[in-house]
Amino acid sequence: MDFNSFVNLFWPSTVNGLVLGSIYALIALGYTLVYGVLRLINFANSEVFMFSAFGSFFAIDMLGIPDRLSNGDDPYKTGFTLVGVLALCLVMSIIIGGASAVVLERVAYRPLRKRNAPRLVFLISAIGASFAMSEAVGEWGTKQRQDYALARVFKKRRLFSIFNADVRNDYVLVVIGSLIMMVILVLFVNRSKVGRGIRAVAQDMETARLMGVNVDRIILITFLVGGVMAGGAAFFFEIYNGSARYSLGFELGVKAFTAAVLGGIGNIKGALLGGLMLGVIENWGTSLFESNQKMGSVTAFVVLVLVLMLRPTGLLGESMGRSKA
Amino acid sequence: MLLEVNDLHVFYGRIEAIKGISFTVGEGEIVTLIGANGAGKSTTLKTVSGLRPVAKGTITFDGQDITKMPAHKRTELGICQAPEGRGIFPGMSVLENLDMGCWTRKDRKSAAYKSDLERVFELFPRLAERKSQAGGSMSGGEQQMLTIGRALMSRPRVLLLDEPSMGLAPMLITQIFDIITEINRQGTTVLLVEQNAAQALRRAHRAYVLETGLVVKTDEASKLLTDPAVQAAYLGGA
Repeated sequence: MDFNSFVNLFWPSTVNGLVLGSIYALIALGYTLVYGVLRLINFANSEVFMFSAFGSFFAIDMLGIPDRLSNGDDPYKTGFTLVGVLALCLVMSIIIGGASAVVLERVAYRPLRKRNAPRLVFLISAIGASFAMSEAVGEWGTKQRQDYALARVFKKRRLFSIFNADVRNDYVLVVIGSLIMMVILVLFVNRSKVGRGIRAVAQDMETARLMGVNVDRIILITFLVGGVMAGGAAFFFEIYNGSARYSLGFELGVKAFTAAVLGGIGNIKGALLGGLMLGVIENWGTSLFESNQKMGSVTAFVVLVLVLMLRPTGLLGESMGRSKA
Repeated sequence: MLLEVNDLHVFYGRIEAIKGISFTVGEGEIVTLIGANGAGKSTTLKTVSGLRPVAKGTITFDGQDITKMPAHKRTELGICQAPEGRGIFPGMSVLENLDMGCWTRKDRKSAAYKSDLERVFELFPRLAERKSQAGGSMSGGEQQMLTIGRALMSRPRVLLLDEPSMGLAPMLITQIFDIITEINRQGTTVLLVEQNAAQALRRAHRAYVLETGLVVKTDEASKLLTDPAVQAAYLGGA
């Protein structure tokens, strides 16, 4: 343990943690929303995220932007061109996220629901779908399971500092963008009619049915919304990190799922809080153990266990069943 | 007949809970199904609402066969159930719960919606007082009122009531049944499932007595009220 490094890196690791935490939070929302309505952990949500991470690559391909310019420079874009390129990347990620989540629900879960399958079967189906999706991309989608680096259209630079922490323009974009998506989600769930339907199904599925709610449709929309959030998360992850591979879902998905449990699964605000906390704690852990990222994960999971020992239902506990959000 | 159930069979897993019952509900009537715990009353109601699949038999509503129709479409036709016990949305306010009642209505926020809301508040002044309170924080009686009020917001052609008196204090029971009578007087057909046979028979026009998934007796409610066998079995002796 190195407390000097922890103190020196306190602000940089906090800033970094918040950035990564916003991405965790967006993915965690997918877990929590589906858990809320179905009491099911959709383990394949992480693979929806991984699929969408390739959305930015498709967008860059569609636009014909080369990885490198002829003189070896990065293909930086500026002004409206940059906004346009990024917008297309975001849209592609969201479309892929939403679409793959919907297909997943149709293929992996709805047939089981129709047959009243026991809970455990759903879980196996979820894990199976997760493996199938990531291995399919690893075997056929990418050459030799390699890493893909996104063409650098976005020039990263320092905007300002918080104490000794540099705040880069991509950090700001990720955090503000994630916040906007979260606010839209919370408004959608709390204010729209469909959102009320989602809460109704989460609180009492049979009664929702009696009120005339088409529960299958609401479940599909819930998956769609979770997929859109994963799509957004994937876009922001590409802005921040710039690489993708078939195993990306597992790497971030486990963290996001942990974040959802930490905050209280089924609870939307819990997913947000859990995501941000996990990101920060993980980065603190890394700086405490000589910048060893594995130790960052260890720290995060130790904290999770401690929290669950004191509050078995997570920090904010209650599921959508009880809370209003 | 508004609602016709013919030779209905329903299974819970491998157990046959409903073993071929038939009954009808006419426009403007209060019809009650009475019987002991486990007689199949609630299952029958859930099946009429579409929550349980029909193994055999038919359900006809206003001349239309709805045996295989999904639950949410039945609500659109005008069948709405106030579920038993705490069947409210606990995390939603009273107003949001009532709003859920008009999920299938297209005229939300219209004058008709407002007048329906006022009607519910007239029937249940308590709900008006607690408009913005979370449903889950209310007393059992208030929650019961909320389930009935919410069902009324769908402007049902037939209102299905599952044990509206369950767990309520005697005074509150009389009050709930007064309101049910009033709802019917205002023109809503009611299918009522009750363990409190005395109250149900006093309020209903016709009644069916259920025993282990079968209809064992049916008649005008007033006649069953004086039937010695019914008195012995369901009214606490003669």
